[in-house]
Amino acid sequence: MAAYSEKVARSFLRSGAVFALVNSTFSSRNVFQLKRTVPLLVRHIQTSSVVRKRSLAATSQEKFTEEYIRKQIEEFNIGKRHLANMMGEDPETFSQEDIDRSIAYLFPSGLFEKKARPVMKHPDEIFPKQKAVQWGEDGRPFHFLFYTGKQSYYMLMHNIYGKVLKLEKYEDRMRNKGLFSQDTKTISVIGSRWLLKEELEEMLVEVMSDHDYSHFLQLMERLLALPYSHVEEEFIQSFRKQLEVQSSKQVVPPLQFDEKGIAFSTGEGRRKMATASVVVRDVGSGKVTVNGIDYLQYFVILQDREQLMFPLQFLDQLGKHDLECHVTGGGRSAQAGALRLAISRALLSCVSESEREAMRQAGLLTPDPRVKERKKPGLAKARKRYTWKKR
Amino acid sequence: MIMALYRLTGRLCRAVSQTRSLGTAAVEAEPPASGTRAIFRTVQQDPAHHSEQDLGQYYTLPPDHVCSVFPHGLPRHFQLQMKTFNETCVMVREPALELISHLKKADYSKPALRYLLYGVTGTGKTMTLCHALHYCSTQGWVVVHIPDAHLWVKNCKELIPSSYNSSRLDQPILASQWLKNFGITNKHFLSKIKTTKTYMWTKRESTEEGQPLGELLEKGLTRIKSSSDVMGALLRELRLQCSKPQDEGSGAFRLVVAVDGVNALWGRTTLRRENKNKVEPEELTVVQNLRKMLKNDWCGGAIITSLSQSGSLFTPRLAYLPHELLGKEGFDSLDPFIPVPVPGYSEKEFESCYQYYIDRKWLQHSQSHTEEGKKELIFLSNRNPAVFEKLCAAL
Repeated sequence: MAAYSEKVARSFLRSGAVFALVNSTFSSRNVFQLKRTVPLLVRHIQTSSVVRKRSLAATSQEKFTEEYIRKQIEEFNIGKRHLANMMGEDPETFSQEDIDRSIAYLFPSGLFEKKARPVMKHPDEIFPKQKAVQWGEDGRPFHFLFYTGKQSYYMLMHNIYGKVLKLEKYEDRMRNKGLFSQDTKTISVIGSRWLLKEELEEMLVEVMSDHDYSHFLQLMERLLALPYSHVEEEFIQSFRKQLEVQSSKQVVPPLQFDEKGIAFSTGEGRRKMATASVVVRDVGSGKVTVNGIDYLQYFVILQDREQLMFPLQFLDQLGKHDLECHVTGGGRSAQAGALRLAISRALLSCVSESEREAMRQAGLLTPDPRVKERKKPGLAKARKRYTWKKR
Repeated sequence: MIMALYRLTGRLCRAVSQTRSLGTAAVEAEPPASGTRAIFRTVQQDPAHHSEQDLGQYYTLPPDHVCSVFPHGLPRHFQLQMKTFNETCVMVREPALELISHLKKADYSKPALRYLLYGVTGTGKTMTLCHALHYCSTQGWVVVHIPDAHLWVKNCKELIPSSYNSSRLDQPILASQWLKNFGITNKHFLSKIKTTKTYMWTKRESTEEGQPLGELLEKGLTRIKSSSDVMGALLRELRLQCSKPQDEGSGAFRLVVAVDGVNALWGRTTLRRENKNKVEPEELTVVQNLRKMLKNDWCGGAIITSLSQSGSLFTPRLAYLPHELLGKEGFDSLDPFIPVPVPGYSEKEFESCYQYYIDRKWLQHSQSHTEEGKKELIFLSNRNPAVFEKLCAAL
């Protein structure tokens, strides 16, 4: 056991792992470095580098047996309890967040890429889902569509088409009886979307082409369009994903009142080295002051004033508010952009939910991520090259 | 109350015009019947009778007045607007009315009062000046109008040493141009006023005493070299004769000296001599003469001046107050004066201007006729006349 963990330690060091194992009693096999195509780095050791390269290539196609996965799960659970003990917490109520916290504490990593840091997760999340062996001892496959090559996909399409036929038959029966009615309840599809190709692949544990995916979508749409599709609602919803409403994530500060009883709210914004802060008062004059100077004198160019106007015009509140702005840094366009963001944020608290959503969709609340690109060595500027001379 | 009246009459007018256009269904455009006068125009065309009721409304200047009173006086963009709209319409505003009322009530046996118009760039100081000048010329005063003093201290190609005083410099072309314009403005006074002393221009040329001013002007226009001195002499004559009590021959007249961009006289110049030395404003003859005019040691007239940052040299862009633009020297020499602030458009004035542009079909964009468009315009221009005009030029 000790020898094994020593070899494990060496493999970690060789494959460039940052941390060092401190406590050899704790089985470190559950601590992996998570990568995209999950190679298993904790392996039986190869000593020569040539053989090591070959072994790394082989790991990407290796199939993990079910038994192996089961063993990994057991070891994970035991390891979790050990970790809870080490951290002095209750093993029964030790959640994944606690695990993450503990690992980050025990193995501090200075790497920038989060996915390269040490991680301890349930094996189901780490190992890719693989199909179990699909044929029996006699070599005969279990599934009747095995020889199509994409058995799950064709199975799914077969099932969906079966449901389509069933619903059409049901509709015919209702029409024959005279009980057909147009106003049957329909499935609400607002606020959700179909699964993406990657998500579907993950679900079926099978690779498919774009062509296949579009066929799938067409068939699902056809199923949805049938009059009695509410019967199959559960089935359809299993292939739909709910979209979150973005603006519900926003934290909106409440409206403040100063000593004279005038409502005001503040907002801050940044754009490309310019920072701005704005106080919007509910006075009703439409006066705008920037750094103590009238905005007409400060922003001589029309475009900058249009930028200031945009949030107010969008909400139809052009002459109703008094703005007191402070802005530093950047150029004139950056200052105007920063002020616009600050004004939009300040107006959030004076406005209803639907208008907030509208503002978000109009792009008023998104900070502009564009900054100056760095200059690279060998180039005159970020992209401009030096003059190319043929000789 | 006046505002309420204005709004009422506005609504009535618009209602009347709307019903009329509904009645004549075939006609698309608003029928320009004589009964529906546009709300932004005033009946009163004489500046002497303009009163508070006409505030915010436009009055039209007849073309011959324009040619005679303002041969060089109006600002450039206003001249373009005149040409486009085929009429000269000036808005009646607070500062102008205040100025005119002062002019009416002033005592002309005392030394001349100085008025200084100041305000942020583009609020209408020059137009107010022109309005006041129109009033003065309709009252029969002698008008000495310098449209822009900044033109005298920059971009001058020819500078010749003065014959009168060797340390000073002359600007012959500028002076002769000004004399010509002065002649056009004050044509009827040229024969009435006579010179009081003999002037020697060169060894051979001289003007005798008792000659009408027209002769003096002719001399200045023909002999360009001495035109600056002629200008100085002219101004001196006017000053002396204006102060004198009523004479038998020459009737008493009132003199108004109007200078736009007066801060140029005390600022710095961009002119240089041939030996690349800088020229101070004191070294220019025309500037010296003008400064003498601006001193309030003469009576029987008024001095109206306005500051201007846009044409000025070496002044910060955001400066607009008198002591910032004039400097200590200028302020002391102009002190005491009556300051007249010129603000941007008020709501009523803005409305009036907006209606005028719509009436003249200057605002072509479909959205500029809507309420939201109007609010946009108000925000973008912040009710500054010049900015509003530039904005509408693109629509």
